[in-house]
Amino acid sequence: MADLSVNFAGIKSPNPFWLASGPLTNTGYQVSKAFDEGWGGAVWKTVGEPVINVSSRLASIDYGERRMMGLNNIELISDRSVEDNLKEIAEVKRRFPHHAVIVSMMFESNPKLWSDMVKQVEDTGADGIELNFGCPHGMSERGMGSVIGQVPEYAEQITRYAAEGSSIPVIVKLTPNVTDVRMPGRAAVSGGAHALSLINTINSVMGVDIDSWMPIPQVDGRGSHGGYCGPAVKPIALHMVSSLYNDRRIRVPICGIGGIETWRDVVEFMLLGSQAVQVCTAAMHYGFRMVRDLTEGLNDYLNRRGIAKVSEIVGGAANRVGDWNDLRLSYSFQVVARIHEEKCIGCNLCYIACEDGAHQCIDRIPGQKNPVVREEDCVGCNLCSLVCPVPDCIEMVPVDHGVRETWRQRQERLSSLS
Amino acid sequence: MAIELNEDSRFQEVVPPLLPKEVMEEANRCYYCYDAPCIKACPTGINIPVFIRQIATGDLDSSARTILDANILGATCARICPTEALCEGGCVRKEDSRPVSIGRLQRVATDHAMTTSVPALPPLPVSVGGCGRVSIVGAGPAGLGAAAILCRMGYQVDIYEEKGEGGGLDTYGIVSYREPIPVSLWEVNLVKNMGAKFHFGVHVGHDLEWNALRSQSDAVIVAVGLGRVPRLGIPGEDFQGVWDALNLVEATKTQPLDTIILGDRVVVIGAGNTAVDAATCANRLGAKEVTILYRRGQAAMPAYEYEYVFAKQDGVNYRWWTVPVEILGHGHVEALRCMRTRVVEGEATGRQASLELIPNSEFIMPVDAVIRAIGQAKPKNFWEIIGAQTKNNRVVVDPETLETSIPGVYAIGDCLARPGEATVVGAVADGKQAAWAIHRQLVKVV
Repeated sequence: MADLSVNFAGIKSPNPFWLASGPLTNTGYQVSKAFDEGWGGAVWKTVGEPVINVSSRLASIDYGERRMMGLNNIELISDRSVEDNLKEIAEVKRRFPHHAVIVSMMFESNPKLWSDMVKQVEDTGADGIELNFGCPHGMSERGMGSVIGQVPEYAEQITRYAAEGSSIPVIVKLTPNVTDVRMPGRAAVSGGAHALSLINTINSVMGVDIDSWMPIPQVDGRGSHGGYCGPAVKPIALHMVSSLYNDRRIRVPICGIGGIETWRDVVEFMLLGSQAVQVCTAAMHYGFRMVRDLTEGLNDYLNRRGIAKVSEIVGGAANRVGDWNDLRLSYSFQVVARIHEEKCIGCNLCYIACEDGAHQCIDRIPGQKNPVVREEDCVGCNLCSLVCPVPDCIEMVPVDHGVRETWRQRQERLSSLS
Repeated sequence: MAIELNEDSRFQEVVPPLLPKEVMEEANRCYYCYDAPCIKACPTGINIPVFIRQIATGDLDSSARTILDANILGATCARICPTEALCEGGCVRKEDSRPVSIGRLQRVATDHAMTTSVPALPPLPVSVGGCGRVSIVGAGPAGLGAAAILCRMGYQVDIYEEKGEGGGLDTYGIVSYREPIPVSLWEVNLVKNMGAKFHFGVHVGHDLEWNALRSQSDAVIVAVGLGRVPRLGIPGEDFQGVWDALNLVEATKTQPLDTIILGDRVVVIGAGNTAVDAATCANRLGAKEVTILYRRGQAAMPAYEYEYVFAKQDGVNYRWWTVPVEILGHGHVEALRCMRTRVVEGEATGRQASLELIPNSEFIMPVDAVIRAIGQAKPKNFWEIIGAQTKNNRVVVDPETLETSIPGVYAIGDCLARPGEATVVGAVADGKQAAWAIHRQLVKVV
């Protein structure tokens, strides 16, 4: 058995799988059930001045026959009193002393209020605090949530309010609804954040019912923008996680969030710098039981690779993600597509994709099932291999042209010539 | 004889429509191939990836339009095409999974058109509209296929049909548990609504002189199909209880089922698709023991594999290497004298091999009915009447235009009696081909 336990900014957890703050961590009942089923930690649904919600609240986008490729939510923070939430948090923590219980918080920008509330949360025995600077809907109209995360100065200030008096780690949850997530990330660290978590949901309008012309979701004929999450957002989250991990000015642990559904997703998030991960949509879709695949899959993966501790993979691939300027230019290195004729089923999707959507370097040969790549004209864009429905049928073969040169090196070379 | 729509559960369509969820799953299995092999495998060239995508995006009107634009008998073909040999045989997904169920998806779209609204078909790509009069002999699949195109081009089309309804074998010769009669009649109506004028109960050569027909038409299309099942040529063939398989199928569609009396023990001679129809009809009509006799082995059986499976599921027995030599009885069939056969030694295998009777292999089967299902007679008399050139009893046509030796007279469909399988989809394709050839010819003349 690989060691899946993590110590995240001082928060200990039997495994890196935490439930993210959301409808699935709204009550002691839910969090206890999740721990019983194998989750290592949970971030309690954001507590704050209780809200009144609307109905309906969720909408999803499907792809083909798969449901909920993306999910959108206009539900706000907890609609239960702070007292009720704190009481249940304390009960859960008593029952599960070795699990990670983190309390998500969102309050007005009042230092006294923050320090009082932090104290009350500490008294529950919770392991950490997560500051919700991310929700893009509803609360943002009241000066909270993503409007804090979008302004580095605010983010730093509120983090300071919470972190100054806190004896337990403070995690700042960032919004992706910014142009460069490093700015609020750095600000949070300056304000005293012990860790960062991201991404919160992405602002979105889910859709329009083309029969009724009603927005989706709708509340009695009106809709609003909401927070987008689910498998579709994973690439956005991976980019933001890696950009924070690779930022020299951010030296705090990162908890990855965004579209995680399988153990494979977990591995990717960890390789790009997440020490722990949070899951929401997938567990809302399939229930807490899905943690079994995460646990067994990650354990088997580590065993197959002879890795004893999950923490060893954190950031393992992050240094390979960086500036475009540091990529070798195509006269230096490229790949070319090669179609394996014995695997080709003759759908011609690669041909038409290259012909109409790329660089016109695949030919069809009369009387022959498989198209053929004109390798001398192939720019190595990958499109053909992406549209090909047959695994490993189109191979992208590396071609090293010898000289090593990136754009940065080229610019340096040219400027040294002049 | 008039059409008889019966409610008997045993004669209702066997293959159920796909469930809504199955429709979407199946439609989304299509890779939307470019220059797709399924299109090339369809004699009428239906743009299959497009019609499936239109189903997947919930545009059934367009999906039906895509199908009917290429094949006016799309609803029939959805049910009775040998898809495994045609579109689904070409489907690339047979290589990585199983073929997309193109036929059943086609039925989704055409059922939609049948139950809701018929989509308007797009204009045909003609630079000059058709102007003239085309007569078609036979309102079967080939005739309807030609008529639809000619009507859309603007020709005045008259269809002459011996029977009381159109659709040919679709209406009279396909068992109703494969294709319900209303499907075929709906298709006839489509062509009627396009402007074709149907003249039912008209036997060209008797009720209407061939020369009169020719002189009133700028072009004539002969789509008379094939004849009845040939006789076996053995003693006892005129006893009561000896059936032509096509007559039996037609009886199930034109008369009350309880008036068709076959008896308990039924033997079908021949192992093609029509033999399966006859055998499964007999079973549904109450026969207790249905046996198919075939003079060759299973490997040479002309029926499609799925038809064989269908017959086996119906409990039909097969006796290979067996021929009937005499029907015994007293005015009515009582027994069948049979002999075993074998391939003449040193001969080629398969359907071409010569057979010989095995000496002393005679045996007698007690039977109540014998059904002939050994193919269909060629309409050689018709070619003689009209004076069209024939070769080996087959009418000679230009392979490009399907024009016979008589200028302006075209032959299409099963009556061409080409070797190999006669299919509805092939007949429709012939009809399209001849229609375009006529258009090219008449535009030139004008």
